[in-house]
Amino acid sequence: MNLRLDLLGERVSMKHGAGGRAMRQLIGEVFTDGFPKAPAGAVGLDAMDDGAALPLGDGRFLVVTTDSHVVLPAFFPGGDIGRLAVSGTVNDLAMMGATEPLGLTCAVVVEEGYPRADLDRIHASMVAACVEAGTTVVTGDTKVMGKGQLDGVALNTTGVAIATRVVRDCGLRAGDRLIVTGTIGDHGCAVMAARHKLDLAGDLRSDVAPINGLIRAALAAGGDGLVTLKDPTRGGLSSALHEMAHKSGVGVLLDETAVPVNAAVRAASELLGIDPLVIANEGKALIGVRPAAAEAVLAALRAHPQGRDAAIVGTCTAERRGQVVLDTGFGRRLLVEIEGEPLPRIC
Amino acid sequence: MPEGADSRQLKFRDPARARDLGRALTAAAEAMGRTVSLMHVCGSHEQAIARYGLRASFPRSLDVIMGPGCPVCITDTPEVDEGVALARQGVTIATYGDMVKVPGTVLSLGDAQAEGAKVEVVYSVTQAVELARATREPVVFFATGFETTAVATAAALLGGVPDNFSVLSAHKYIPPVMEIVAEMPGSKVEGFLAAGHAATITGWGVFEAFVERHKLPVVVAGFEPLDILAALVKLVELVRDRKPEVVNMFPRCVTREGNRNAQEQLFKVFRPAGGRWRGIAHVPNGNLRLRDEWAHVDARRRFDIDLRPLWKFAPPALVQDCICGDIMAGIANPKQCKLFGKECVPDTPVGACMVSSEGTCKIWHLYGGVPDLSSSDAPQGEVRP
Repeated sequence: MNLRLDLLGERVSMKHGAGGRAMRQLIGEVFTDGFPKAPAGAVGLDAMDDGAALPLGDGRFLVVTTDSHVVLPAFFPGGDIGRLAVSGTVNDLAMMGATEPLGLTCAVVVEEGYPRADLDRIHASMVAACVEAGTTVVTGDTKVMGKGQLDGVALNTTGVAIATRVVRDCGLRAGDRLIVTGTIGDHGCAVMAARHKLDLAGDLRSDVAPINGLIRAALAAGGDGLVTLKDPTRGGLSSALHEMAHKSGVGVLLDETAVPVNAAVRAASELLGIDPLVIANEGKALIGVRPAAAEAVLAALRAHPQGRDAAIVGTCTAERRGQVVLDTGFGRRLLVEIEGEPLPRIC
Repeated sequence: MPEGADSRQLKFRDPARARDLGRALTAAAEAMGRTVSLMHVCGSHEQAIARYGLRASFPRSLDVIMGPGCPVCITDTPEVDEGVALARQGVTIATYGDMVKVPGTVLSLGDAQAEGAKVEVVYSVTQAVELARATREPVVFFATGFETTAVATAAALLGGVPDNFSVLSAHKYIPPVMEIVAEMPGSKVEGFLAAGHAATITGWGVFEAFVERHKLPVVVAGFEPLDILAALVKLVELVRDRKPEVVNMFPRCVTREGNRNAQEQLFKVFRPAGGRWRGIAHVPNGNLRLRDEWAHVDARRRFDIDLRPLWKFAPPALVQDCICGDIMAGIANPKQCKLFGKECVPDTPVGACMVSSEGTCKIWHLYGGVPDLSSSDAPQGEVRP
């Protein structure tokens, strides 16, 4: 869209953290400027990818990513902030093609008066998530802030991994296929229902999980035919598609009827008037593949327990570059990227 | 359970049937050999049309116009001003979330709230009554909406409310405005799609006199994509066959006589009165005001609402370029407004149509601003695996 929106006001608002256009504008205008250039051949800050890739000089790359986690409530059906912190960083590494994390750092900021028992629970689920991902926490930091200076607990994790081939989010061309690895909207819906105490029937559970194993299987099956990876977290599948379309300079035709959505999420999102396409996921990936590799990657995903519901949902086009056209099964319309938050903060 | 199975259980969203209906609609419209203009009078219809991309499947010779179907949008500026004035006088205003950003002459309720006035968002009149029960301060429910929501307000009053509760009614009644639109000079509208949920209350019989007077067909339609497509096919056929009739295409909810009990309650509490609809006109009997028996809960009679302090300011300059009135009258579409998507966006709306989730501008903006994305200029390529 050729809109000139003044999303960056005098002060930061919640929409600047929502994963949509407002956030990208804030990052672009405030944070990416002025730093010395990254080393030649690196994927650096200006790429605004899921992480950085620094060349080691032997053809391999050190992939680094960092992520801060604040979520209300800290415990929700299907997971908690600890599982989220490990999964988010492991997945960001995987989205660069680095599926074997060497280790994670973990910084914890806690509010005075925070229950020790809750910290124990968070720690236990971090341990469990590390075991699932085949990694561990290798160093950390702890700070306590005064009562009211922080709402509960915030976690930051940084991950490092070695990759021989870095997968970007910008390698698409017309004709490429887009695959989602499973149902969308589960995490955002579960958190929203827990936060607002929406007494919704049905099993709303977050999908938060490390999916580096799933991505490893997809990479093995697709080889060089697997060209882009992106995890549809904040802003949902819609934001991930827009970002890929924009960075690759292609259009996207999304087949809405092919997008997997759990019945409970569909019902809840309909009730709340929020499109599942803009709801956050924490255990899914959007994968771009060359047409010839599509079936092999899909089969490999479906053979993995985390990818049973994987589906081909879209095709890249030479028309409408940077835009996403939604085929609803009834007709076609543009899918608009959200400007701010469709709901309060969810990850 | 992933998509596949459950979507197919929703029989009013079956894409295969939609394609059949789309073909029937194209055949019926093209057989006319000229452009046919139809109007719906409901924000929920526009929502469904935009959400499912239905406009892309309409034949080019069919013009489906959105009429004055958003109750928030047609709430007139002085009515918003009354709410704002009351809020600034220290009264707690309880209202639906959509109303908070609607611009008044100078201030919206949201602006008044930012100044320190008490404005509470409620999801139902019941919640507003509970709010009043929890305090001794005066609480005014700023009541907007068509007969569907007015019935709920009436039921709450009939059920008994605390002494500190009153109602500022901006409720509107749909049937009279259809007369206005039908009589509008230069109107090309040849048939109306009536809102299924409102007809659930009024019954489809309420349109018989209208059809008789204006010789224009009315089809009552539901809100799923197939409901709308089937109703449009019917409406085009009625236009083609020159049959000014009322046809009920939402029989799973709507009957000829409607909900008698609801109608009784509605008119026990409210009386139709003439008044302006924002951007449309003075609509005789288009407003629902509290009857004299309910003067004790009528905010207009209980409080001295002084609007003068609001009128000292000049109206904001942008408002002069706003064409919400023409859009709601079905004469223009949002693309023809120079503010649309530029100065006027959902976060900072200039006109009421950009505020409400049922406003045409908000809906078009939400769904890409190009609701008539036809398949001819859409990308090529086979999508399904």
